[in-house]
Amino acid sequence: MLSVRVLQQLVNGVSIGFIYALIAVGYSLIYSILRFSNFAHASFLVVGAYSGFFLVTAASAPFVPAVLLAMLTAGGAAVVTERLAYRPIRERNSPTLYFIIASMGIAIFCEQTIIATIGPKFRTYPRVLQIVSVDLGKTTVGIMDVVAALMACLSLSVMQYFLSRTKTGFAIQAASFDLQAAGLMGVNVNSLVGFVFLIAGVLAGLSGVFLGMKYAVYPQLGYLTTKAFVGAIFGGLGSLPGAIVGSIALGLLETFVAAFISSQLRDVVVFILLIAVLLIRPSGLMGKSVEEKV
Amino acid sequence: MAYFEGVAIIICVNLMGVLGVSLLTGFTGIFSFGHAAYMAIGAYTSAIVVGRFGMPFVVGLIAAALVATAASLIIGYPTLRLVGDYFAIAALGFGEATRLLLDNGGDFTGGPRGFVGVPRHTTLLIAAVIVAVGVLVMRNIIGSRFGRSFLAIREDRLAAEAMGIDTARFRILSLAISAAYAGVAGSMFAHYLMYLQPVMFDINKSTELASTVVFGGLGSLTGSVLACIILTAIPELFRPFYLWRMVFYGLALVSTIVLRPQGLLGSYEFSVAGLRRRLAGRRLAGSPSHRAAEGDAVRADAGPRGGARDGGGLP
Repeated sequence: MLSVRVLQQLVNGVSIGFIYALIAVGYSLIYSILRFSNFAHASFLVVGAYSGFFLVTAASAPFVPAVLLAMLTAGGAAVVTERLAYRPIRERNSPTLYFIIASMGIAIFCEQTIIATIGPKFRTYPRVLQIVSVDLGKTTVGIMDVVAALMACLSLSVMQYFLSRTKTGFAIQAASFDLQAAGLMGVNVNSLVGFVFLIAGVLAGLSGVFLGMKYAVYPQLGYLTTKAFVGAIFGGLGSLPGAIVGSIALGLLETFVAAFISSQLRDVVVFILLIAVLLIRPSGLMGKSVEEKV
Repeated sequence: MAYFEGVAIIICVNLMGVLGVSLLTGFTGIFSFGHAAYMAIGAYTSAIVVGRFGMPFVVGLIAAALVATAASLIIGYPTLRLVGDYFAIAALGFGEATRLLLDNGGDFTGGPRGFVGVPRHTTLLIAAVIVAVGVLVMRNIIGSRFGRSFLAIREDRLAAEAMGIDTARFRILSLAISAAYAGVAGSMFAHYLMYLQPVMFDINKSTELASTVVFGGLGSLTGSVLACIILTAIPELFRPFYLWRMVFYGLALVSTIVLRPQGLLGSYEFSVAGLRRRLAGRRLAGSPSHRAAEGDAVRADAGPRGGARDGGGLP
C-alpha cells in the first residue's frame, strides 16, 4: 500500500520537477549571460499561463496550437521586456543591482496589472488532460503529469542540442563566459541577448501553461518561480544541467514533504534546504566553484 | 484630526523601515525583497513581549530590533559572503517562509486570523521621536569612517577589499542594522494598529519599502525620507484607485531605474550647514572653496557606478 503511494508521489515529484526545470533553465541562461536574477521571469510564466488559458477557453483553440501560441506570446513578452527595460540599463553599463531592481519592478507591475484588469480570481483550465489517467498495475498516474514531464524533457533536449551544435548556440556559450569579449569577437550582443530572452520566455510560457493546468491560473502564479530559482541554486547557480537536476530534486523533495510530513510547511522545508545548501556547499550539486569570502 | 494623526504615524512607521532599506540597498548596494519579513518579526515579537508578558513598550521595541537582527543573520550569514545573487533569492524565500510560519503558528501567533489584543503605545509624539533618533543615528552611521565602507563596497567590492575593508563582514553588518530598523518599524506598527495579520507583511510591503528607496535616490537619506512621505501620503489621497496603487509602484520602480537611475535626489543630502553655505555661496557667486569645504554633509559624488549622470544635487 505504501509503495503505491510512494510511486505516485515519485511521478508527481518528477513531473513538477521538470516544470521547475523549464523555469530554472531559462533563469540560469539569463543569469549566466547578464549575471543577474531575472525576477521578471515570473511575468513571462504568468503571461504564458493566461494566454494559454484564454486561447483554450475564449478562443476555443485546440490544445497543442494553443500551447505553442502561449509559448510564443511569453517569448515575445520576454523580448519586449529586454528591449524596453534591460537594454537601456545594459548600454549604460550600470551595476547588476539595477537589473535586479528593474526586474522586480516588472514582476510587480505585471502581476498588479493583471489583478487590476483581468481580476484576482483563480481560473481553472478546462479539464482536457487531467481526467485521463494511466493504469500502472495498482496505481494510476495523471496523464497530465506524464505529458508535462515528456514535453519538458523534449524542449530541454531541443535547447541542449541547439546550444551545443549550432553557431548561435556557440555564441551563447561564449557570451556566458564573457559577454564583452564575445561582442569583440563579432557576436551581435543585442540580438544574442534578445534571443536568449526569447528562449527563456518560451520555456517559461510552457511551464506556465502546465502549472496553470496543474493548479489554477491566478496572478500570483509567478511566485512559483522562486522555487525554480532555489532549484537552480541547489543544482549550482549558472549551470544548465545543474538547473535541471536541482529542479527535479527539489520537485521530489517538496512532493514527499507535502505527502508525508506537512503540506503547509512544504515551502518552509524548501527554504531550510536552501540555507543548508548555501552553508555546506554553495556551489550546489554541479556548479562551478563559487567565489567565497569569509 | 485622528485621521491625519493616523497617516502621520504610518508615515513614521514606513520611514523607519525605509531608513533601513536605504542603508542596505542605497548605500551598500544589496537588494532585498524580503524586508517586510523583518518588520513582521519585529511586530510579532513586540506584540508577544508586551501583549502577552506585560513588559513595557521600550522592552518590546528593543526585543523587536534584536529578534529581527538575529533573523536577518540566518540568511545574511550564509549568503552575503558569496558573490552572486544568492542573497536576493534567499531573501525572497525567507519572506515567504516567515509568512507561512506566522500563518501556522497556532495560538502563539494567532494564525491567519491575526494576533489581537496588542496594547496601544505608539502615539504620534513617540513615533516622531523614534524616527528622529533613527534618522540621526543613520546619518551618523553613514557619515562616519565606518559607514563610508558601505559606500565603498557598493561602488567597487574588489577595490574596497583591496583597501582593507572586510566586505563580507560589512555586508552582513549592513543587513543587521537595516533589519533592526525594520524590527523597530514593525513594533511601532503593532502598537499603533493593535492587531496583526501575516498578510500585512507580504511582498507588496517589501516592494513599497524598496521602491521608496529607489524612487528617492539610491544613496540619499534625504531622498528616502522625502520619497517615503510622498509615497505614503499620495495613496491616501487616491483611495478610490486602490487597485492601481501597486501597479504604480511597479511602474515607478522600473521607470526610475531605466529613465532616472539617480532617483528623486541622486545622492544629495540636506544639512543645515550645507543650506547656509549654499545661500552664502549664491551671494559670493560660488568660489570653488565652498564646495570643497562641504565636509559635514554626507556626500558621495555620483551614484552607483556609472549610474548617476550628474552626481545628483538639487538645481
